[in-house]
Amino acid sequence: MVFSAPYNTSRPKAEQRLEEPCCIPRLQPGGIVAAFTPPPLPSDDKRWKIVNGTMRKNGFAHHALIETLHTVQSAFGYLDDDSIRFVAQSLRVPLSQAYGVVTFYHYFSLKPPGKHTMTVCAGTACYIKGADKLIATAQKRLGISHGQTTSDGQISLMTARCVGACSRAPVVLCDGEVAGEMGGDQMLEQLERWAVE
Amino acid sequence: MTIEELEQIAKSVIQENEKYDFEVNVCMDLACMSQGSDRLREALLKAAEASGKKVLVRRTGCMGPCSSGPLVRVDPDEHLYHHVKADKAEAIVNSLGSEPVPELQCNLNDHFDKQVRVVLENAGHIDPEKIDDYISRDGYKALLTALTEMTPNGVIHRITESGLRGRGGGGYPTGLKWGTVAKAGGDMKYVVCNGDEGDPGAFMDRSVMEGDPHRVIEGMAIAAYAVGASKGFIYVRAEYPVAVSRLTTALRDARRRGLLGNGICNTPFNFDIEIRLGAGAFVCGEETALLASIEGRRGAPRTRPPYPAVSGLWGKPTLLNNVETYANIAPIIRNGGKWFANMGSERSKGTKVFALTGKITNTGLVEVPMGIKLREIIEEIGGGVPGGHTFKAVQTGGPSGGCIPAEMLDLGVSYDALMAVGSIMGSGGMIVMDDTSCMVNVARFFVEFCMTESCGKCIPCRAGTAQMFTLLSRICDGKGTMEDLDLLIGLCNTIKDTSLCGLGMTAPNPVLSTIKYFKNEYIEHIVNKRCPAGVCAMEALVPEAPVEVLA
Repeated sequence: MVFSAPYNTSRPKAEQRLEEPCCIPRLQPGGIVAAFTPPPLPSDDKRWKIVNGTMRKNGFAHHALIETLHTVQSAFGYLDDDSIRFVAQSLRVPLSQAYGVVTFYHYFSLKPPGKHTMTVCAGTACYIKGADKLIATAQKRLGISHGQTTSDGQISLMTARCVGACSRAPVVLCDGEVAGEMGGDQMLEQLERWAVE
Repeated sequence: MTIEELEQIAKSVIQENEKYDFEVNVCMDLACMSQGSDRLREALLKAAEASGKKVLVRRTGCMGPCSSGPLVRVDPDEHLYHHVKADKAEAIVNSLGSEPVPELQCNLNDHFDKQVRVVLENAGHIDPEKIDDYISRDGYKALLTALTEMTPNGVIHRITESGLRGRGGGGYPTGLKWGTVAKAGGDMKYVVCNGDEGDPGAFMDRSVMEGDPHRVIEGMAIAAYAVGASKGFIYVRAEYPVAVSRLTTALRDARRRGLLGNGICNTPFNFDIEIRLGAGAFVCGEETALLASIEGRRGAPRTRPPYPAVSGLWGKPTLLNNVETYANIAPIIRNGGKWFANMGSERSKGTKVFALTGKITNTGLVEVPMGIKLREIIEEIGGGVPGGHTFKAVQTGGPSGGCIPAEMLDLGVSYDALMAVGSIMGSGGMIVMDDTSCMVNVARFFVEFCMTESCGKCIPCRAGTAQMFTLLSRICDGKGTMEDLDLLIGLCNTIKDTSLCGLGMTAPNPVLSTIKYFKNEYIEHIVNKRCPAGVCAMEALVPEAPVEVLA
């Protein structure tokens, strides 16, 4: 990275307005910045190394919080207490701030996803073309409301704000794959296939 | 990298392409990919190899009429094929050099005739993952011209002269904003690109980032040179994985070519860009919230002034523009400000990309000169409302915009004209509704959206949107009274006047504009307990639950 200057641990004082020391005090008497040792990885799980890699790439800077949480979620599928605590400690942000960020953004999930995920786009174009009916159909079939996972952990039903495929509305994502002009029956077929797996 | 080297690359690409007799362009935009254009491309590659013909199969960005996808264009004859499935690959390859495949040919002349392509000039013509393709179409020429022949002030002057206004929706003059950042002091400045296209129903920025990522990078680099910044961020929604991966590739290639990094084009200019992912918060489209999100915090807006141009990222002067604004920069530098100012209307210059969706025949991406009538966009380019239904309203500007009724279709599209009728330009979503849409229900949908997306920092927005939602739900359930309607209008005006940021200030727009133009629908719901479009159930299926207000 060419522009490492504002991000390494010895940043100038003006930058510290938002970079208040938190878990580990960094400013020592005389203004010398103590070397920071990140906490050990929570377990031998190789995925933690990927998470650590993201943080290292960003110089363990506070502003890497959202990036790192993205990495955790893509590696583990969701964010649990241990992972949030580990990331907060490693980046030296207060746990309250890390938890605040996790709950503020819709993209982050605190619950493990099901084996399969059906995401119905609830953007305006999809709504105009009947996405609300699709959601109702799926909710009725699965017996859960959106944002939940079936009790056998097989299928999660989610809604998305807009995936940007509005010209093919209504759109659903079957395990992340975009399927446009979705009909109720077609969606039910997919749910049936997943349910019996 | 120098201009001569750039021209050398362009020449070699053109020579390389001349080796082929035919070019088969396959649209690999999200909408076409969802219909199997990736499989189609593989089939075409296989068929081309088997045929022995000299065929170049190219992946491209969005060609426009997404409803006809997957789209294939065969050059040099410019045959456009629609709804092409993988099994048709052989037929297409066989037809090369003779008559086109009749059953796949589509006639979309009306769709394309009225369009003027500036931002989308390369979409559908270049491979977004190949930097050389971009260079062969005058790519990065504007950047090198600016660096070697123009002063930063000269660049700002040209942008001011063009009359370009911010394409994110606000319509703030771009040249003026650049001038403010350039004048701001300090050792460190940032350039940020707002690719957080949270407005549901709009996908222009996604298509530009997916179809022509280098154009955004070039625009940002020119901006950085003009304002004196050395570091840039592109903030992209996490919901756009294809855009993220193509931007990542584009940044890597630009660095390898020496178009980003230290000492660009043997000048002292240094600039590099990082990608930052959003995490699903509509409010992060607001500039101060977006900057907070880049800093790794909750995306809550703050009061302005100070504006980001003076105190933005980490307290430093920050230039923040939308994807489409940056995409307009390179052509303006290349062709001059006057060329751009000649397009469009008096106070809104240039072209605008719209995402045309909803109840309309040709859904997709269109680029039109400012000042074009809504009727031309909807009836001629869009092909009108399908299925024998009648047009009722067009919604522009997403949750911050308003609904424009049929009587106003002769309105010329510009920032000021849309504002005057109670809507906004917004980022460019245009959702067409027909007689099967209930306007009260639509207003309720948008208010529900704003209610859940409100960051909760200021009370008018946090509590006000929840109360608006309750009132609208009552009307939709057939329990509303005429007093509710008055209360709703009063509440809307309060929220508009007192909210902290753009989200709250514009949240009442869909309600106010539907009350203004479709008051009879509201009255029908309240007095006759009837939904004219047959959408609202008119009876609460569950006992009315009090809406939780965290005031």
